[in-house]
Amino acid sequence: MGTAMKLSPATDNQKALISRLEKEAGTSINLCYQCGKCTAGCPAAFAMDYPPRQVIRLLQLGLVDEALGSESVWICASCETCSSRCPRGVDIASLMDAIRREALLQNRVTDKKVAAFNKAFLSGVKRFGRTYEAGLLLQYNTATGQYLKDAELGLPMFLRGKVGILPEKIKGRDAIKKIFARAQDKGGE
Amino acid sequence: MKLAYYPGCSLDGSGVEYGLSTRRTAAILGIELEEIEDWNCCGATSGHNTDKILSLALPARNLAIAEKTGLDVLAPCAACYNRFRTTEHAVRHDQKLRERIEDIIEMNYTASQETLSVPDLLANKVGIEKIKDKVARPLVGMKAACYYGCLLVRPFEHTGFDDTEDPQSMDQVVQALGAKTVDWAFKTECCGAALATSRPDVGTRMIYEVLRNAREAGAECIVTACPLCMMNLDMRQKAAEKAYKEVFNIPVYYITELLAIACGDSPSTVGTNRHFVEAVKYIENLPDEPEPEKIPVKPAVSKEDPAKAAATKVEPKDSADNSESAEKVPASAVSGEDEGDAIQKKVDAFIKAFSKNPDKMAAKLIEDPERAGVLAEIITGDDKKIAKLAELIATDKDKATKAAEAFVTGEMKKRNK
Repeated sequence: MGTAMKLSPATDNQKALISRLEKEAGTSINLCYQCGKCTAGCPAAFAMDYPPRQVIRLLQLGLVDEALGSESVWICASCETCSSRCPRGVDIASLMDAIRREALLQNRVTDKKVAAFNKAFLSGVKRFGRTYEAGLLLQYNTATGQYLKDAELGLPMFLRGKVGILPEKIKGRDAIKKIFARAQDKGGE
Repeated sequence: MKLAYYPGCSLDGSGVEYGLSTRRTAAILGIELEEIEDWNCCGATSGHNTDKILSLALPARNLAIAEKTGLDVLAPCAACYNRFRTTEHAVRHDQKLRERIEDIIEMNYTASQETLSVPDLLANKVGIEKIKDKVARPLVGMKAACYYGCLLVRPFEHTGFDDTEDPQSMDQVVQALGAKTVDWAFKTECCGAALATSRPDVGTRMIYEVLRNAREAGAECIVTACPLCMMNLDMRQKAAEKAYKEVFNIPVYYITELLAIACGDSPSTVGTNRHFVEAVKYIENLPDEPEPEKIPVKPAVSKEDPAKAAATKVEPKDSADNSESAEKVPASAVSGEDEGDAIQKKVDAFIKAFSKNPDKMAAKLIEDPERAGVLAEIITGDDKKIAKLAELIATDKDKATKAAEAFVTGEMKKRNK
């Protein structure tokens, strides 16, 4: 921010992408009149490059590439304070979700750690049907090269009986694998 | 009452106390829980961050299994609860989406039943009066900040059982258990969720802000109904303390732990001994309620007042009149009183001690015997200085020492002139 930006009308591709994002999110960006209430209440805005209001503004101006490449969408904790306070009823949190998913599809993730965590989480669910917390942390730490992250919490958690050594497997693992496969199939619709 | 029960992944793992205490809570209130057969993970935030359909289909499989039983669902974990409510909402309002989901899970699902959260179940379905009837050991003296976080109350269209900005259901339950709840601004603020893992620089600050706000509002503990909030506020409290160089040491409880304990369970039955921030001591030694008709006494300046103040002390042994016991009184009074009252008591006791035994008290503040002697001379008969020192020593001995040293230094300067 702070640098001047030359605006040109959005291309048809960009326009199509923006309306797809709106449809996914079930909301309309043109309702937003930039009052900033979303940003005022956002508990993570302090760490964002474009706070929520500006993410919407980027989309209004057709700057969808900037929105997809923003760090903000990966800092957003999905707390939904913005959506619940918006006087115009814009579902900003849902829009953030849609942008995240689009960034994943386009392989344009700015925060590899969050994406690595999500991937590790879901791969456990796909395999066992449930979250495997110990395996999740191991896989996440390995994927991000932070081998000792939270290691000081591992043993105390184990001693308190708060982490299982082995994954809990459900009987319907095949059904879960099918759900994953079919959701992916239809995801590109 | 009978409910389908969805424990979710964390209630068997990091949120084990929540699982134990939810089952105890149900047993105490006569609610039968039937665990959903072969349930799967709801996908949590990772699910909706990655794929919208997947994030609806994973909860839908559980809900469809539960729907066959015709029971409403209890999902204690706030994240699971939120995903379930979102799925129900989507299925009810979007026919095409419903068909797609049914297709993916290969089961019929019409969202005919309802998913309940623990606060909703307790405050609205069981009811406050019934909870009051079950309380055997009221949590009198507890000062709690009820922390709702995000997922229980937002978005309103999906959850809808309580206010999104100033919810009350947990407050009502905790009050019914005999505790006091504080009004505070961070009730529904976000704890940072998984950011504590993926972006500790961001997440730790969010945790810190919640803890700080609770303490500033006068809370001595935090009550939650979300395993992720618990993990962040309890397990990561030390990291937040370290990062912001501030000690909180504030215990965090699941609302179900409080209910079970207030209804007679021992803290270890419901896993309270497994917290990271020690939580058993506070609940087992709750400060007594302040005396109902106590009139606050201002720091006394005349010699008669301390005597009057001393007469209002709680325990009979307090009437012993040497400075040693006068010093012990406040220590026991702290745990026995509302904080403001306790400090007032301490101040009164110290005023008495300073008036009766200036030498002894001066020696406690200043090591150097010569300077301590000077201090004793200065304060003898000077009620203002005594009141000042008594007030300081009651709250912070170091500050009292500093003030005493300043009195002596000032006096020495005067004398040297």
